[in-house]
Amino acid sequence: MDTAGWHDWSTRRRLTIAAATAFLVTACNRGILNPVGPVGSAEKQILINSTAIMLAIIIPTIIATVAVAWWFRAGNKKARYRPDWEYSGAVEMVVWAIPALTVLLLGGIAWIGSHDLDPAKPLPAPPGGDRLDVQVVSLDWKWLFIYPDQGVATVNQLVVPAGVPVTYHLTSATVWNVFFVPQMGTMIYTMPRMTTKLNLQADKPGVYDGLSAHYSGDGFSGMQFKVHAVPRAQFAAWVQGARGAPASLDAAAYAELVKPSSYVKPMVYSAVAPRLFDAILANRAPPPMPPKTTPPAMHVSPQPPLEPANVR
Amino acid sequence: MSATEAAAIGLTHGGSEDTGLGHRGPESKSIIVPYGFWLFVLSDIILFSALFATYASLVHATDGGPVTNELFSRNLVAVETGALLLSTFTCGLAIIAAKRANMLWTQVWLLVTGLFGLVFLAIEISEFAMMIGEGAGPQRSAFLSAFFTLVGCHGAHVTAGLMWIGTMMAQIWTKGFGPPQVMRRLLCLSIFWHALDIIWVAIFTIVYLIGTLP
Amino acid sequence: MFGRLTWDAIPLDQPIPLITSIVVILVIAAIAIWIWRKGWWPYLWNEYITSTDHKRIGVMYIVLALVMLVRGFADALMMRMQQSLAIGASQGYLPPEHYDQIFSAHGTIMIFFMAMPFIIGLMNFVVPLQLGVRDVAFPTMNNVSFWLTASGALLVNLSLFIGEFARTGWLAFPPLSEKAFSPGVGVDYYLVALQIAGVGTVLTAVNFVTTILKIRAPGMSYMRMPVFCWTSLAANLLILAAFPVLTATYAMLMLDRYLGFHFFTNDGGGNSMLYMNLIWVWGHPEVYILALPAFGIFSEVASTFSGKPLFGYRSMVFATMAICIISFCVWLHHFFTMGAGADVNAIFGIASMIIAVPTGVKIFNWLFTMYGGRVRFTVPMHYLIGFMVTFALGGLTGVLLAIPPVDFVVHNSMFLVAHFHNVIIGAVVFAVMAGYTYWFPKAFGFTLDERLGKIIFWCWFIGFYLAWFPEYALGFMGATRRLQHISDPSWTPYLTVALIGALVILLGIILTVVQLLYSIRTRDRRRDLTGDPWDGRTLEWLTLSPPPHFNFAVLPDVHGEEAYWTRKLTAIREEKLIEEPKYEDIEMPLNTPVGVLCAFFASMTGFAVIWYIWWLAILGLIGSFVAMVWYAWHDEHEHIIPAAEVAELERERRRVRGELLKTLTVQS
Repeated sequence: MDTAGWHDWSTRRRLTIAAATAFLVTACNRGILNPVGPVGSAEKQILINSTAIMLAIIIPTIIATVAVAWWFRAGNKKARYRPDWEYSGAVEMVVWAIPALTVLLLGGIAWIGSHDLDPAKPLPAPPGGDRLDVQVVSLDWKWLFIYPDQGVATVNQLVVPAGVPVTYHLTSATVWNVFFVPQMGTMIYTMPRMTTKLNLQADKPGVYDGLSAHYSGDGFSGMQFKVHAVPRAQFAAWVQGARGAPASLDAAAYAELVKPSSYVKPMVYSAVAPRLFDAILANRAPPPMPPKTTPPAMHVSPQPPLEPANVR
Repeated sequence: MSATEAAAIGLTHGGSEDTGLGHRGPESKSIIVPYGFWLFVLSDIILFSALFATYASLVHATDGGPVTNELFSRNLVAVETGALLLSTFTCGLAIIAAKRANMLWTQVWLLVTGLFGLVFLAIEISEFAMMIGEGAGPQRSAFLSAFFTLVGCHGAHVTAGLMWIGTMMAQIWTKGFGPPQVMRRLLCLSIFWHALDIIWVAIFTIVYLIGTLP
Repeated sequence: MFGRLTWDAIPLDQPIPLITSIVVILVIAAIAIWIWRKGWWPYLWNEYITSTDHKRIGVMYIVLALVMLVRGFADALMMRMQQSLAIGASQGYLPPEHYDQIFSAHGTIMIFFMAMPFIIGLMNFVVPLQLGVRDVAFPTMNNVSFWLTASGALLVNLSLFIGEFARTGWLAFPPLSEKAFSPGVGVDYYLVALQIAGVGTVLTAVNFVTTILKIRAPGMSYMRMPVFCWTSLAANLLILAAFPVLTATYAMLMLDRYLGFHFFTNDGGGNSMLYMNLIWVWGHPEVYILALPAFGIFSEVASTFSGKPLFGYRSMVFATMAICIISFCVWLHHFFTMGAGADVNAIFGIASMIIAVPTGVKIFNWLFTMYGGRVRFTVPMHYLIGFMVTFALGGLTGVLLAIPPVDFVVHNSMFLVAHFHNVIIGAVVFAVMAGYTYWFPKAFGFTLDERLGKIIFWCWFIGFYLAWFPEYALGFMGATRRLQHISDPSWTPYLTVALIGALVILLGIILTVVQLLYSIRTRDRRRDLTGDPWDGRTLEWLTLSPPPHFNFAVLPDVHGEEAYWTRKLTAIREEKLIEEPKYEDIEMPLNTPVGVLCAFFASMTGFAVIWYIWWLAILGLIGSFVAMVWYAWHDEHEHIIPAAEVAELERERRRVRGELLKTLTVQS
């Protein structure tokens, strides 16, 4: 409390603003502050608005705290000592009103936002009316993406057409995970024997990072995947190419896939066993291998990030 | 109150007449101990409510196995309930006898309470054994896990209560009604025993009655 | 014979736990031998270990908390180091199976064996003194509560040396925590240790609710209780209502693991969402169990060191009880992303924000307490101001998280982790450090070194911001929590700054130990001779430091809010102490070994259950039962302190106070 520089009002304010700006700018790279779709953009807007509303109250409060403590310090003869001032109806009213009104406002935002951005709510169809359905299964410790209408599947690689709303149906073959692509917005749990539903869209082509956002065991850190949003025509071409892939996801291949592994390189399957997702959901698919006690059975080795050129 | 009485409980300025809504000072042990025990019983009731919530969530999660209607017999439950309710009554009689420092009848009514409790337990254990024998054990499904845990937890509390009854009977026998802690503990035991009855009413309603609706 | 316990349980192939365990065992042995050589074991046994005195039990809780702070922080440092090193091609120095135990142990220890014992310890020491009474409602049970908590701490730490700890995170969500996915002993250590400690905690709650509601000095109506007592009441009501849910939930998980039940399993109809709901029904009140007494401590500090009564006492009481009740209505905000639907999410989001209203009111009331006061920048005051600034920011991030669409992008991220460390360090850690400094002289008769205290504060304050603000940024950048390996190298500068922050906090913790040792060494310079070193306003400052076993020779008459302050002002104005009372014999509870015995058998049973050594488990249960029955057969539970002895101690106190009185004038 003794450093003089800190109490210089303008210095402190400038430093704080500079720090906050640097802070936010560097956080902008590939995260939630750099959304690429309608869901993520709306969520970012709510985040910024709510933060601004609250800062408008918090910053003056913080300044007042330090200022009041300093002004009424014991050594300050100019400050008036009011040892019996312990209640004021007017002050109480203001003091209850400020947080209450703020919460009223933010509560409204929360109500409207929760409904507008309900993950299960379908996104408006683009001109042309295409939609895409993707089934997502979290395994130990990789992601399986099944394209039921296209009849192909991938591991740790999600290819979607840009500008097209995608409806995800998610489950887990083992334990809870969370499907999360920060730049696309909303994340959602994947839970065994249960389905969750999520609607997302990438407006522009690009490569976006995806991960699991719920700790699921020893190989959890390796559950990363890339999302490739590509123009519609390229998506169709990719599907064609995938149908020519050597491997297909039949029961045997699935049994192999289900074995614990992490940092798995992206894979493509040319065909998928019919209603595989439903079988996994109903626990009728080949069961996952039980984990061994320490040390684990899986081999953990980090892989370099996927280059866009790797997508065929 | 007189000055000496006031001083005895630590009042030095003639009592608390000037304190308006004020307080007399610390309560006596005979109030404090049962009060604290009631608080513990309330926390135990919350434990049961978590088990009730679990039961309600899982009652239909039968995994293709047996459902409530197939398993529960209202007649058996009626006998169990009767035994437990009677035991509560005899527990009350034991307290009355204890307040009169009547060794014989206190021990008799405590024993009868314990015996009714044993009858309850015996029926419950036989019901469990029968269900397990039919393949409807707690490992069969989530519903059965919840059933066995909820009803079994109550049974475990009854068992603990029986051990307590036995201990109290021994303590009263050896120490008589003189030491104040004996009477306090007996009161706590009766609070516990009555609370067990309350929980049983809830179990009997939610599990057995609702579970055997057509 | 020994269940599943084999020599493989000892981590001979893992250098870090092995060396740590050996060092810890050697240090404990060295300390034990040193105590023995000094002849202090009988003193410790009689004065502390078997003590039923709330003041001694409070000290033991705080010692446990400080030791566990070191263990929990060591885990934190290891995590920070791993995340600074394991970037890109490097896997760091901790393989996942080890790292996963460390973050699970860190959370478990910090919440259950550092924060809870610290808060409970301070409540233990202070509440009976502030209420103007001699002890809590159930002093023996108080001792048992402490030792059961210690037993839990022992078991968790034993897992470092024998076996392994849970690799599930501090809440052990299924299905990961089920047998199928965690077959080892780790989750069992976790469950058993916390069940044992949980019993102790519920008993503490019974004790304190009874004490606060039924045992107060004459004249102390509810609205004359110090705010710290109100917050303690609220926290203990929360414990009483929330911990049984935890007990039930852990019991169900144990039944799944031990007997093959299907509460939360993937098969048999089990429902893992049920666990999520139950555990957070406990989990959210838990954080208020920690935060409310923290607010209470700050209320005391604010009024004492501003030289003014707390502003808006009634509002503060109302706000406390409002927080108490609302904290049971918000649990779903921990899993907005589970997909419960917009209506459910929105309702719980709004409820979570509503809790911010009474909390905000409290901050403003502390502000207005300082307003018009004469603020003394003692160490506790540093913590108050640091808390008000830091907690305001933490609360902001909390309200952000309460908005479901925002939570949809930051759930489980480092933003979340930064938020809860923000509020826990800003409120709970700062509060217990302030409380520790504030009440230390009352406990031991001398104050801690002030200058070191201020340095320690700045280490925590600066260290906190360095360690956690980069994590807020990382959360925005898409960093999720519990990562053993970081794939994005652009995160490196943030992680490095975070590590530096952790090292600054480490300095603070080291200096805390140094401060204690130094203060003991130089205690004669800072003796608290009067019992009122801070010009306090509540009844604990009426006694000498340390107070006699019975606290007050006669229970003080309470004539208004701020019982002690009114009495002090009256004495100053009338220039005399109150009339000397008539002394009576005082009955105080005897010491008892039943607490240590129960804990010993609980640990035995717990260890046996973990390792499937069934005969030992049964032996332990029988032992506990026998210990309780043996205790119950005692006729003598109290001893008498004769009136003459009371008189002698009280006259000495009056003599010292009389001297002090001559030096005091009313501040105008």
